[in-house]
Amino acid sequence: MSDANSHPSPAGRPADTDEGGSPHEGSGSASAGSALSQESVEAHVGQALEAIARARDLDGLKEARLAHAGDRSPLALANRAIGGLPGQEKAAAGKLVGQARGRVSQALARRQQELEAERDERILVEEAMDLTVAPGRRPLGRRHVLTVTAERMADAMVGMGWEIAEGPQVEAEWFNFDALNFDKDHPARQMQDTFFVEPAKAGLVLRTHTSPVQARSLLERGVPLYVAVPGKTFRTDELDATHTPVFHQLEGLAIDEGLTMAHLKGTLDRLAEAMFGAGIVSRLRPAYFPFTEPSAEMDFRCFVCRGEPTAPPCRTCGGTGWIEWGGCGMVHHNVLRACGVDPERYQGFAFGMGVERTAMFRHGIADMRELIEGDVRFNAQFGMEI
Amino acid sequence: MRVPVDWLGEYVTLPEGVTGEQIAADLVSVGLEEEGLHTSGVGGPLVVGRVLEMTPEEQKNGKTINWCQVDVGDANGSGEPQGIVCGAHNFAVGDLVAVILPGGSLPTPQGPLTISARKTYGHVSAGMICSVRELGIGEDHDGILVLPRLLPAEVVARLAPGDDLIGVLGLDRETVEVNVTPDRGYCFSIRGIAREYSHATGAAYTDPASLPVDRGEGEGYAVRLADEAPLEGVPGCDRYLARVVRGIDLTRTTPEWMARRLTEAGMRPIGLAVDVTNYVMLALGQPLHAFDLATLTGPVVVRRARPGERLTTLDDVDRALDPEDLLITDGGERVLALAGVMGGEDGEVIPGVTTDVLLESAHFDARSVGRTSRRHRLSSEAAKRFERGVDPDVTAAAAQLAVDLLVEHGGGSADPAVTDADQRPERPVVDLDLTLAGRYVGVDYDLQRVLEILRLIGCEVQGEAADRVVTVRPPSWRPDLTDAPGLVEEVARIDGYDKIPSVVPRAVGGRGLTHGQRARRAVATALAGQGLHEVLTYPFVGAERFDELGLDEDDPHRDAVRLANPLSDEAPLLRTALLQTLPEALRRNVSRGSRDVALFEIDSVTLPAGEALAPVPGVGEQPDEEVLAQIRSAVPAQPWHVAVMAAGQADRSGWWGRGRPVDVVDVVGWAHAVADALGVEVRREQSERASFHPGRCVDLTLADGTLVGWAGELHPTVVHRLGLPPRTSAAELELDVLVTASDHRTQASPLSTHPPATSDVALEVPRGVRFSAVEESLRAGAGELLESLELFDVYAGDQVAQDRHSLAFRMHFRAPDRTLTTQEVNAARDAAVDRAAQDHGAVQR
Repeated sequence: MSDANSHPSPAGRPADTDEGGSPHEGSGSASAGSALSQESVEAHVGQALEAIARARDLDGLKEARLAHAGDRSPLALANRAIGGLPGQEKAAAGKLVGQARGRVSQALARRQQELEAERDERILVEEAMDLTVAPGRRPLGRRHVLTVTAERMADAMVGMGWEIAEGPQVEAEWFNFDALNFDKDHPARQMQDTFFVEPAKAGLVLRTHTSPVQARSLLERGVPLYVAVPGKTFRTDELDATHTPVFHQLEGLAIDEGLTMAHLKGTLDRLAEAMFGAGIVSRLRPAYFPFTEPSAEMDFRCFVCRGEPTAPPCRTCGGTGWIEWGGCGMVHHNVLRACGVDPERYQGFAFGMGVERTAMFRHGIADMRELIEGDVRFNAQFGMEI
Repeated sequence: MRVPVDWLGEYVTLPEGVTGEQIAADLVSVGLEEEGLHTSGVGGPLVVGRVLEMTPEEQKNGKTINWCQVDVGDANGSGEPQGIVCGAHNFAVGDLVAVILPGGSLPTPQGPLTISARKTYGHVSAGMICSVRELGIGEDHDGILVLPRLLPAEVVARLAPGDDLIGVLGLDRETVEVNVTPDRGYCFSIRGIAREYSHATGAAYTDPASLPVDRGEGEGYAVRLADEAPLEGVPGCDRYLARVVRGIDLTRTTPEWMARRLTEAGMRPIGLAVDVTNYVMLALGQPLHAFDLATLTGPVVVRRARPGERLTTLDDVDRALDPEDLLITDGGERVLALAGVMGGEDGEVIPGVTTDVLLESAHFDARSVGRTSRRHRLSSEAAKRFERGVDPDVTAAAAQLAVDLLVEHGGGSADPAVTDADQRPERPVVDLDLTLAGRYVGVDYDLQRVLEILRLIGCEVQGEAADRVVTVRPPSWRPDLTDAPGLVEEVARIDGYDKIPSVVPRAVGGRGLTHGQRARRAVATALAGQGLHEVLTYPFVGAERFDELGLDEDDPHRDAVRLANPLSDEAPLLRTALLQTLPEALRRNVSRGSRDVALFEIDSVTLPAGEALAPVPGVGEQPDEEVLAQIRSAVPAQPWHVAVMAAGQADRSGWWGRGRPVDVVDVVGWAHAVADALGVEVRREQSERASFHPGRCVDLTLADGTLVGWAGELHPTVVHRLGLPPRTSAAELELDVLVTASDHRTQASPLSTHPPATSDVALEVPRGVRFSAVEESLRAGAGELLESLELFDVYAGDQVAQDRHSLAFRMHFRAPDRTLTTQEVNAARDAAVDRAAQDHGAVQR
């Protein structure tokens, strides 16, 4: 482990030396003549160069610098002695010593550079970290698979030019049932399916589907209207591997002039492709719902076997080639009337499917409870875009 | 509805060798979803065997087995006798038995058992000699099926070893089970299913209701329809047909074929009278009731119940009747039955006692039967049918079929007189523009084809294709067809939904997601990016949770919407804050080993709207504005919230070094991150909130003082009561407040490129002064040159007075247009310190 104080020095940092002392300081001149002979200067240079070459690290070089280029080094003393020479000798001696000092200082700089490079390389080697172990100081959190799935579905609808509407979870009974042509004797209005708010005469329920937002949207926005409604819904089922009392739906509603079941199928095909891949289409089967007529159940093509027979039969769709997705149909005239829309002029379609079911098939989730319990390990299997 | 294939084949021509699977697929195409396919589960080879030798061998376990040689003809491929070990002893050499050979399969509760030659009791046993129980055709435990004991002699006479037994024993029979939607009551009969099968495939259909019906002579048993309180204007009974059969022996057994069909259709054979009425109901869809004529003293009177009346129904429950219940009474007094739902003990037919029977074949109002059935939580086969609509025109034929069967199998004779109290209203007609089908479905139907389909399903049509608009009278068995789109559905269904093309509509063009929708996504992504995990908890809580959270008696959070029928009596309320339901999710993670866990949830919470009731004005009509306003205002406010709850480590320990526990500063930071994600500036004010540590909670507010929410460490007592890890911290914000505050276009300020200057100050202040107050004073005093400042150290100790502490702030200065001089910076800093001194008695150290 390295500590923070031993970073490699950046190239070009001024060297930490004692160079530059004043030539007039220090002890006086000695036997200047002998010290200034060519031989002796040459000898000093030779010693200096050898010491510099011998220096194994920057500390060693610092010592060599002090000894051979410092204030009291022989060459510095020689330099000082020049002042005591007769005038005519000064120039030659100055040149001799100056060149000698130049050679030493060049050698020092070169060696300094070499040793710094060596040191930097060594530190980088020492600082190496094995990063092959997964980091985990601050792991990323996650969005919930269901909300991301619902967003993906909503985005597909937005891509078709639709808007996203919302409505309350605690809803007026009228919006949840009557506006949708469930009359008061309809079996779905009984306690075994619907959570009622106390007192019973409050006229409030936990919405059993996202469909009340159909009526709210028609009343608030008018026609033509293309809205999709993702949201939380409630039914009095106990939680098990395939049921949950609190679940999510995506509702679609399109009302305009001239809309047909062909448009319904086209919209579902596009959404199925967006969720399950290119070439995955939808299928309609006759069915019954109070708020649509004609009504249909919708399936999507099994994206695993794509309807081709396999042995053993496809586990995803049970060998039928189709997977049930939800209910749909042409909006019942009574719904349009309840929302003040003229059914002679406007018509359209609605559909609704489970977000849980969509996510479960898309990601091979076998047990509904894993979507519900909030165990962080579950969503950690997924990215934030799924 | 379970449909035995051979029964279906009696009313509609089935293709040679058609399988139940194919029939189910055909029915799906007209809207009858497959629920299941029931077969015997026996797979061949199952053949006739003649026992040639049987050698009893005693085993070590005390059991004696028979080592048998059985002639199975050429069925085993060799023609040699088949060696089989058999544990039973109720047969003898020379007997004809049923032998399943290797490769065959038998049904077991665990699934199909494939038979193979296997070594047992010292022999290789190559197959099994079967019992009725193993073949699933009886409950007889007494050993092996010896064929002459089960089959008629003339059948046995034709059998030889090696002959296939699957067909002979009826083990190739199949029953298709389909789901019938609530609008198709007529499909709760083989008659209705056969008609649909014919529509799906074009197979020839023979109406089993078109049988010769006695019109009757003379006066029949008196019947009076006396409904004085029709529901929604519809009489409870508009047709009551009574027939009398005398001198029948109800102890005679039900014929085998009828019992088998009943069983296959899912009903238990009980006795001749009940079996015949059930059989006719399954065949034609008309529920019937038989009364013991001898017990009746007066005319049959159909009327509503009187206050205080009671009835003990055949399921042995004594029921208090409701004035809306429609009753069958003896002479108007003694109650005999809940009309169309269930009979009572009085008047019940008893085999061995009853000889004369009054047979009721009536048409009861769907709504009336439905309400009675739900009110008394009494579902019956009859109620199920009436509730969904019974064909009012099949009444007489059904009675006739039942009379015929009773006479044939029970002896006796039918009275010539027939009572038919008939008040059927005329069936309504629908005007249909034939082009509507094409315009609604998106298929270019030929108008002639539309007419053809309408007539095919039984409609009477006045007019021709050239008329374009025709008058349609739907058939008697389709009370659900009341409007033009309903008829269009029939056209689309019979022509085939698979013919509908796929056309993506061109929407009018939307504006994309709303600001609120985008904002919620941004907040969720920001929190997940900070390491928090999104959860979706159930919104149900109990008052006990409010106690655990330490809410005061008058805390507004206790005022919650209550469910009339909660899943659990412990959690009948809807949460008023998300923090109320996060503890379970946190605890579950900890108990499953995820100790370092930070959770968040984004959802709406429910705040009661008061005592206002939401009117329920009914279907098919737009309520006026006033009523709509009442409905809307009675719906509780449901603002969006975001909450976080965290425990364990914020920074994890690892090879990189030590971790750091999550603390209240993290949670306040996450609350800030929510506001930052939306670009909303929030202020903090130290607060005390229920559920939170009294010294570790902060309110977040907008600049104008609007409360956004709060964050803090949970109170140790709350943590303990909820079983949460120590120091669990949490925050709850009103997301809607932030979303509204962020719904504007932020305008950018230019950035200064001049260098910043930094100056540190240490201020001694009394301990009671909030950091944020000192910060605010410094800001105010420093003026515009101050770019930012942060509190980087807090010191308390020997160097400062006991009631004071020292706060070290780092202040960053910068000017937009120049490099600041030291003098300018010092002046600004001194002004800041002066202001802090003035406001809080701060002393620079």
